[in-house]
Amino acid sequence: MLKHDLVPEHHLLSEEEAKTVLSQMGMTCDQLPKIRNSDAGIRVLESIHGPITEGRVVKIVRKSETAQEFVAYRLVTKG
Amino acid sequence: MMRGITKRIGSIKFSCVSPDEIRRMSATKIITADTYDDEGYPIEMGLMDPHMGVIEPGLRCKTCGCKVDECPGHFGHIDLAMPVIHVGFIKDIKLMLESTCRNCGRIMLTAEQIEARRDDMSEMKDLGGGTIDLKNFSKETAKDASNKGVCPYCSTEQIKIKLDKPTTFREVDDNHKLTPKEVRERLERISDEDLRTLGMDPATCRPEWMVLTALAVPPVTVRPSITLDSGDRSEDDLTHKLVDVLRINQRLRENRDAGAPQLIVEDLWELLQYHVTTYFDNQTSGIPPARHRSGRPLKTLAQRLKGKEGRFRSNLSGKRVNFSARTVISPDPLLSINEVGVPFIAARELTVPVHVNEHNIDKLRKMVARGPEPPMDNGYLPGVNYVIRSDGRRIRVTERNAEEVSENIDIDYTIERQLMDGDVVLFNRQPSLHRMSMMAHRVKVMEGRTFRFNLCDCPPYNADFDGDEMNLHVLQSDEARAEARILMQVQENILSPRYGGPIIGAIHDHITGAYFLTHKNPRFDRFEAMDILSKLKDIDVPLPMIDEEGKEYWTGKQLFSIVLPDNFRTTFKANICQNCDFCKKEDCEFDAYVKVRNGQLLCGTIDTKGIGNSKGKILDRIARDYGAERAARFINEVTRLALGALMNRGFSTGIGDEDIPEEAALQIANYNQECINEVSELVESYQSGTLDQMPGRSHRETLEVRVMKVLGQARDEAGRVAGKHLGLMNPAVVMAKAGARGSMLNLSQMAGCVGQQAVRGERLSRGYWNRTLPHFNKGDLGAHARGFCSNSYKSGLSPTEFFFHAMGGREGLVDTAVRTSRSGYMQRRLVSALEDLKLTSDGTVRNTVGTVIQFKYGEDGVDPSRTVRGKAIDLDDLFAEVLGDDADTLLHIEDMDTGEDYGSREKDEMEYTEEEDGEEYDDIDTDFEGGSE
Repeated sequence: MLKHDLVPEHHLLSEEEAKTVLSQMGMTCDQLPKIRNSDAGIRVLESIHGPITEGRVVKIVRKSETAQEFVAYRLVTKG
Repeated sequence: MMRGITKRIGSIKFSCVSPDEIRRMSATKIITADTYDDEGYPIEMGLMDPHMGVIEPGLRCKTCGCKVDECPGHFGHIDLAMPVIHVGFIKDIKLMLESTCRNCGRIMLTAEQIEARRDDMSEMKDLGGGTIDLKNFSKETAKDASNKGVCPYCSTEQIKIKLDKPTTFREVDDNHKLTPKEVRERLERISDEDLRTLGMDPATCRPEWMVLTALAVPPVTVRPSITLDSGDRSEDDLTHKLVDVLRINQRLRENRDAGAPQLIVEDLWELLQYHVTTYFDNQTSGIPPARHRSGRPLKTLAQRLKGKEGRFRSNLSGKRVNFSARTVISPDPLLSINEVGVPFIAARELTVPVHVNEHNIDKLRKMVARGPEPPMDNGYLPGVNYVIRSDGRRIRVTERNAEEVSENIDIDYTIERQLMDGDVVLFNRQPSLHRMSMMAHRVKVMEGRTFRFNLCDCPPYNADFDGDEMNLHVLQSDEARAEARILMQVQENILSPRYGGPIIGAIHDHITGAYFLTHKNPRFDRFEAMDILSKLKDIDVPLPMIDEEGKEYWTGKQLFSIVLPDNFRTTFKANICQNCDFCKKEDCEFDAYVKVRNGQLLCGTIDTKGIGNSKGKILDRIARDYGAERAARFINEVTRLALGALMNRGFSTGIGDEDIPEEAALQIANYNQECINEVSELVESYQSGTLDQMPGRSHRETLEVRVMKVLGQARDEAGRVAGKHLGLMNPAVVMAKAGARGSMLNLSQMAGCVGQQAVRGERLSRGYWNRTLPHFNKGDLGAHARGFCSNSYKSGLSPTEFFFHAMGGREGLVDTAVRTSRSGYMQRRLVSALEDLKLTSDGTVRNTVGTVIQFKYGEDGVDPSRTVRGKAIDLDDLFAEVLGDDADTLLHIEDMDTGEDYGSREKDEMEYTEEEDGEEYDDIDTDFEGGSE
């Protein structure tokens, strides 16, 4: 599914990576937008990395009309 | 007066009130349904008990001892004889009943399940789950619990509960009705621990409180009675409803205590339930609304809050304000775009507070001494309406006490000065659809009774002068004034954030004027040139040219260059450009290639592409590179110059402009007839079945497409012939070509042929059986029978054509009406979703909680009003700056599009776009703005 043109890239961040990203942006993880672990994108990531627990951070790189590429982060939650 | 923050609200929690608390906060118990005694005094322990606050001036509240406006009002209470269910909580009650055991009251989940749920919940809280997420999660827990058939703790068989809207619960098996009493008993059994699992905080809200045993009675100040002129008292709807509740409550108690039959008690109980339900919400589905004696439904608690006229939308989100004025607007081309003309009478009412200090005290003394109505001998002078002493007392200044008050003025007083020239005010026109609907202007006090402003400000407000009214608000603090001046002043809003281009610019006559000033570079002798330039202030008149006869003259382009910044350079193609296959650039025979170097217009015509609103390239350039103030000056000067040129030349248009020679009319008529014949042939071949079917279309569709094409050609040809005969010097043509007003299509419809009328993009077909009008044969598919108008507006439509035209016109009207209402609702929803998002200093967009919505504003962090047509950088512009004139060749200026620009998506431009990319036979001219007012 992730290979589809209209689906943005999803990357699972390791805990350390997530920590550095958050400190860089000066945010706490509860301020991040959420993504449910039932989301199709997360389920695909789970098939690669094994089960993803809540509280992990996913990096999403998508094409953007204004800035060619745009990086967003999502916090995995239950749902 | 100004005070520091003494207490800050950390958080607000909404919860239920317990019956105990209702009784504790109650100032009095209400037992009698009567309100006033024979002398007109409120009865103690009645609904108007003076313990609950005062509404009559002079009386004192019996609870707090304060007078009207000081006493906040106090709640009373009614002890209900039997408990009743609160309609507002019916869903929660149902969920509680279903998820807990009917016998032991435990939540029907195993200990492990409860444990897991609680863990998930606390985790959600840690990860920043909002209240809504938690609520949904608890709901899920309850749903899970309610699916059990047997209680895991006491093994009781559960009976399904059904809710009979609005407030009756039944057990499904024997249709046994659960009385509110039984419901309350069940809810009481639920343990505190289980409530936490269900997402309730038992400390602040127990479920049994949702079944009322005591009813809070709002203070009288909430439901004041009105004394009519006749001396009769008229009570508030809420009071009426409470009277009903009290009466039934009383009867119920008497009957129950007297040991009346169960049936009667139950009936009364149900009636009490009905009254309490309608007291909360009189629009509960499933029960008839309680009505006033006159038959009008009562306005009870929920009705006070809900909807457009409810407390939230009309009293909390919207406010009525002081220091504002509203009147009709009219134009004044001599005002700056930053100014607004305010009539004397309005200026005398509107005031600005001025703090008295040692530096201004003498000046202010003089001003106060002038009183509220200074003589107008030397023009308008601001007077003073009020003086506020340092202790906060207000003194009204009158002609009589002005002298005295002025002497008593001291440091730290505040005076309320009348409006004067240069004051910053907000000016607004509804509907306020975008931020340019409310801009800050500088006041100019003037005679007359209307607000006046520069015509260039019409597009952002979407205003015209057919009776429009606008609002004006006077700012009351220095901070507000500074903010408005920096962020909201008209000149700061020249570039629209909607598309990176100017929304304020020359319109209509300004463009025609600039066209005549610059097109083909006319010469002006000293008299004419000075006449035009006299409209401008502070200018350096360039040296005149000398013609063959030795006479001085100025060229139009020379005069135009006066208002350009000194080192200005740009190159573009004007609106009059004919899009030739090969661009001759500087040698263009239409003078459409605009080239400005070092602030001198070298060639080309200035029209809407140069200075027009939304398309003006020169304007865009100046606003971007030279700043808002220079842009405002440019607009002011260029419009005055253009109007000067236009007045010097003289300009008018009329019905005579659409006159075409007889042979042209004949030519059009002939061509139309040819086309109509061609259509008849097409119809014949369709009927005989010899029409070649087009791929993917039925026979009938093929015919329609072919017919439409032929008739479209007919109109275009008529327009072409008419356009040719009108000539380029025709005023109407000049306006259309320069982009001032109207289009060639409008003209060809007036002079040539109106063309095919359409409804829903098809030729007219409905009306009578198989024909549009009884004037035609059944099944006639010819041009005239299906809405083709071969006449022009000027020659006059035939009766059938007129009818067809009205059909097409009706569709346009209906569309606009539907579109505005629908887009208004859409905008409302969009605004309420986005209203509390803000751009933080780190570039992220966040909501009020601090959750990130977008990691970088617009994903690139660029302000759209600073963009060049939506692009962050204008590369072409950079090239031109570095490479100079070579850039123009490199960039292929001649290939750049000359069609509709970024401004074409503008709402007020809609009529043009519709014509240009709409279907060819679409001729609906939609200038309905005037009609709606």
